[in-house]
Amino acid sequence: MDNLLLNVEDLKTHFFLDDGVVPAVDGVSFHLRKGETLAVVGESGSGKSITSLSIMRLVPAPPGRIVGGRITFAGEDLLAKSEKEMRDVRGNRISMIFQEPMTSLNPVYRVGDQIAESLVLHKRMKKKEALEQAVEMLRLTGIPSPEKRVRDFPHQMSGGMRQRVMIAMALCCQPELLIADEPTTALDVTIQAQILELMQELQRQMNTSIILITHDLAVVAEVADRAVVMYCGKVVEEAPVAELFENPLHPYTRGLLNSIPRLDENVDRLFMIDGVVPNMLRLPPGCAFAPRCPEAREHCRETAPRLTRVAPGRLVSCLLVEGGAA
Amino acid sequence: MLRYVIKRILLLIPVLLGISFFVFMVLHLFTTDPAALMLGQHATNEQVAALREELGLNDPVWVQFFRFLSDLVQGDFGRSLMTRAPVLDEIFSRFPATVELALAAIFIAAIVGITVGVVSAVKQYSVFDYFSMIGALLGVSMPIFWLGLMMIVLFSLKLHWLPVSGRIDIGMEPVHITGLYIMDSILTRDWESLKSALLHIIMPATALASYSMAIIARMTRSTMLEVIRQDYIRTARAKGLKETVVTYRHALRNALIPVITVIGLQMGVLMGGAVLTETVFSWPGIGSRLVDAILASDYPMVQGSIIFIATVFVVVNLVVDLLYAWLDPRIKYS
Amino acid sequence: MAELAKATVETAEIDELHSPLREFWRRLSKNKLAMVSLVFLLGLTLVALFAPYIAPYDPINGIMEESLQAPNAKHLLGTDELGRDILSRIIFGARISLRVGLLAVAIALSVGTVLGSIAGYYGGKIDLIIMRFMDIMLSFPSLLLAIAFMAVLGRGVENAVIAISIVTMPEYARIVRGSVLSVKENEYVQAARAIGNRDAAIIFKHILPNVMAPIIVRGTLGISTAILETAALGFLGLGVQPPDAEWGTMLGSGRGYLFNAPHLVYFPGIAITLTVMAFNLLGDGLRDALDPRLRQ
Repeated sequence: MDNLLLNVEDLKTHFFLDDGVVPAVDGVSFHLRKGETLAVVGESGSGKSITSLSIMRLVPAPPGRIVGGRITFAGEDLLAKSEKEMRDVRGNRISMIFQEPMTSLNPVYRVGDQIAESLVLHKRMKKKEALEQAVEMLRLTGIPSPEKRVRDFPHQMSGGMRQRVMIAMALCCQPELLIADEPTTALDVTIQAQILELMQELQRQMNTSIILITHDLAVVAEVADRAVVMYCGKVVEEAPVAELFENPLHPYTRGLLNSIPRLDENVDRLFMIDGVVPNMLRLPPGCAFAPRCPEAREHCRETAPRLTRVAPGRLVSCLLVEGGAA
Repeated sequence: MLRYVIKRILLLIPVLLGISFFVFMVLHLFTTDPAALMLGQHATNEQVAALREELGLNDPVWVQFFRFLSDLVQGDFGRSLMTRAPVLDEIFSRFPATVELALAAIFIAAIVGITVGVVSAVKQYSVFDYFSMIGALLGVSMPIFWLGLMMIVLFSLKLHWLPVSGRIDIGMEPVHITGLYIMDSILTRDWESLKSALLHIIMPATALASYSMAIIARMTRSTMLEVIRQDYIRTARAKGLKETVVTYRHALRNALIPVITVIGLQMGVLMGGAVLTETVFSWPGIGSRLVDAILASDYPMVQGSIIFIATVFVVVNLVVDLLYAWLDPRIKYS
Repeated sequence: MAELAKATVETAEIDELHSPLREFWRRLSKNKLAMVSLVFLLGLTLVALFAPYIAPYDPINGIMEESLQAPNAKHLLGTDELGRDILSRIIFGARISLRVGLLAVAIALSVGTVLGSIAGYYGGKIDLIIMRFMDIMLSFPSLLLAIAFMAVLGRGVENAVIAISIVTMPEYARIVRGSVLSVKENEYVQAARAIGNRDAAIIFKHILPNVMAPIIVRGTLGISTAILETAALGFLGLGVQPPDAEWGTMLGSGRGYLFNAPHLVYFPGIAITLTVMAFNLLGDGLRDALDPRLRQ
């Protein structure tokens, strides 16, 4: 595969707590091509955010630690890098946007200074030059009168504005990869659409690859090329987005799809997946989804399924899918 | 911002009026007759009555208060019964020593307290954290005058490292510029005086600082622990900043906002503590003078010193509030 | 059957009433430092109560021939300048320190609670007047204000209690006012008012029980402040007067013998530090046990 940007192989990130070990990310593999948008989908606690923090090597430690696997980014092994080398990657070649624009900006510094900080650090710009570039970035993200707003403190801006600032901050060094962790979840629906559009627009301009972490399949349908579905620290299905929506293979994916509200269907109540995410300290021996799965059989509770290729570009981890038990 | 400052300064006036009224009333209502005190035990009743008339003590209370107030405004705090010198002169001659001691103490308390608090938070549950929190517990529980005595026993009497008492060796006083010996000796490049002043101030200032240092260390630690968990710290790390930059530029600046308030509150503790420390180390400041005045029932001196110290305290608090508003951009100047 | 159901409901209610207390005790007893402090303070209280039986010597009348002895087998902590046994004086000193500490906090707490409740409950002009007054008192450094009161009241232990209660009172008033304001608008208070309860009844029965937690915590920590300030007044010669044994006064008079008999200032200081530390740790423990949300 040429034009491969990121390859995650068998990544394991565990949390060592007093009560035991939580395998928050447990053997996750996926890849990302240049210019592509990959969605990582799952409920909260599925390990999708920890996966992204693992790529950045920002897993809170202790108690968390990357215990196995390989992360190759543009041909370089990220897990083999020193902390100093890693700092040259963060914010420069890989950037991140977080869920909470209200709290993700430092309240005591002007937004311009916060954007400029990255440019001074990674692009060796002078402060003045960096601030001018910050104005340009704010203009690019569609903030009106950016030369004034650059002097604003975060609390003087709305949530949508702050998320634009976060995007400006993340993209100012023209990173090869942008990881967006639930970038629109905290925003109003109308603002959500604007932010997603902005991300796509900037992706086209800068040829950035995006990993979009979300629990919202509606967002996935709108912007992603491919999707990886995660459950309890494992990948349960991977597919191009169109095929995933057309023909979901894993019962969990079907459950997620059924819980999207549709305007064209008159449903009385939203379908929800029964039950809750199991306690990560005491995972069931078989398929982790079995206790909640409406189609589970006896052997699902005993044998753990493996992620298996069932068609070109399609992987699933389910004993019920033909070939899935291999 | 300027309007806010002016408004806050104007708001000081009623507070200062209240303080003066309060001190005046308390002393007026409860103390023994100042005329009798001034004349001593052998005075006749007629003499006392004559002096009462002369001093205006027979006028209605409110007339006396307004006379007192108009005197105060003109800088007339009365005369000390002990030395017969104007109270304000006494205060001004003693005040620099107290300012120097308090500044040295708050400096030590803030620098050590913040540093210990930050390191304890960054290395939570480490040996350093453990011991510094035991130290902080001792700091808030030990009477500062006892700590002072213990330091004298150890560093002066046993080890002979530091002088027992006083501000500076006799004859070493630097040329008077600000009245603060350390500052004056630096300004005049009088290094011998500087050395002597530093050796004298180190124990009283550290003893005075101990309580505030402990409070500041605890406060810094707990706010740092809270700030380190914030989302914007993760953002800073995701930018690729060094951990030291994350800690000092992004976390500390936020953690300092509540710490500044605590430091401001400590000024009051320090001024109360100065009375004790000055007594322990025979430091010639306003606090030890106040205690002498009370023991000698020198009540114009007591009244003057208390009003003066309270005024300084109120002004310091105002400065701290303004500093706070400047540090935290979220505060509205209203 | 119906009666049985009713009885069960009642027991359930009683359990509900008891369980917060039990839950509080369960949390407090898990805090080792707080429990050690509690045991220490209970022990100290017993020592204070039975001081005449425990103390090996008379704390007031010494034996001049045995003055300024270093700690030895006969006098475990040595003797002072008048030949009095320091251990005995420290034991009797516990009486004064604990009494002054508890009494000062009790007075300050009662007056502060009444003023704070009135200010918070009625609001308006009364609130303004009371709180302005408290603000002015708080604008003095507290030890300085206590010293000023001692100047007008005269020296002595009773006056020390009064001075310390006055200067610490505004803080309690402020806490109570704040708490009253926060529960005043709750529905159960509105309901109590609607059925025609008198204001005093509403304040005492319905509001104060709900603001007890911060008051108890502040009061416990306040005892350590009161003990420290009593000692400070004693040290300056303004508080408890000789020959009475009080820890701060002992330090004040022992100060003159630093060079040849430093043991005079060792032990009273240790006694103050340990007692104050115990009240601080107990106060912190109570805070954590009463309101786990306040915990770091």
